[in-house]
Amino acid sequence: MRLVVAGVEKEYPEGLKLSGLVELEKVSTPQYVTVSLNEAFVEHGSFASTPLSEGDTVEFLYFMGGGRGFQ
Amino acid sequence: MAFSNAQLERYSRQIILKEVGIKGQKKLLAGSALIIGAGGLGAPAALYLAAAGVGHLGIVDADEVDLSNLQRQIIHSSRDLGKAKALSAQESLEALNPEIKVTTYLVRAQAQNIMELIRDYDFIIDGTDNFPAKFLINDACVLGGKPFSHAGILRFQGQLMTYIPGGGPCYRCVFTAPPPPEAVPSCREAGVIGALAGVIGSLQAAQAVNYLAGIGEAPAGSLLTYDALKTEFRKIRLPRRRDCAVCGEQPSITAPQDYAPPACELAPCALS
Repeated sequence: MRLVVAGVEKEYPEGLKLSGLVELEKVSTPQYVTVSLNEAFVEHGSFASTPLSEGDTVEFLYFMGGGRGFQ
Repeated sequence: MAFSNAQLERYSRQIILKEVGIKGQKKLLAGSALIIGAGGLGAPAALYLAAAGVGHLGIVDADEVDLSNLQRQIIHSSRDLGKAKALSAQESLEALNPEIKVTTYLVRAQAQNIMELIRDYDFIIDGTDNFPAKFLINDACVLGGKPFSHAGILRFQGQLMTYIPGGGPCYRCVFTAPPPPEAVPSCREAGVIGALAGVIGSLQAAQAVNYLAGIGEAPAGSLLTYDALKTEFRKIRLPRRRDCAVCGEQPSITAPQDYAPPACELAPCALS
């Protein structure tokens, strides 16, 4: 199936769940990334149960702070 | 308010734009912006806002200029090493445009002072380098009904989003809570390209100019990302979170709150 992930349309295996996509895409710090699927936020607890289908658009939104990080 | 010949010449390149004109320039001169953090983002943002004639700029920074700042914090110079950043920034801004008023706050933005800091300003620029401050500014601006520009930079990546009261999602809609300490790398650990700070900080200034001059489209509702390695911008549309803790339908955050553990205050590392 074709998905648009972070703006790039590519072929992905059928039956892929959101959690699988996060792994496939080697998302850094996956526990802190915000994910939107077709312009709706998906909670972390639902990644494993969220199926993906043809034409879905997924965005990964990363924390970006600056010099000090948390401190 | 009548413009002097010097003013007409100083601002001629933007007054000539039909979207700005005399009317827009008057709005800029009557407008104000608070820049929180005179670092990599705040430096270009403040310089462009001063140059554009935004009448009153506030600069919030409790740190001093350090040699490792100068790779990107272009409002400061080698002669400013050791000087309070807010004062160094004020000198640069007043040298660039003596017509504007610059107010300095040599403090760290915290829950107990943030509402007072933002109160008298029309637009807030988040040029801070840490997540507790970013959440604090978001919450305060949502609660205080102030538009603000969030930005973050790391390595070769930058991001930008603008919150306009009453419309669009807020920063907390996207990132519900700060990451735990050390969970996400900082520029100090991971590095950052100086010109990237310039790109993103300049975009913050451009958004403030739009808002203050009353031109362009309200830039809310999206996250703009910039990849300096690929020279690629992306505009990601953002949904609003109806259950957002601060801008949602039943907010649980009704006052600004601090996240930073007090121990961190002992380790100065102003690098953003």
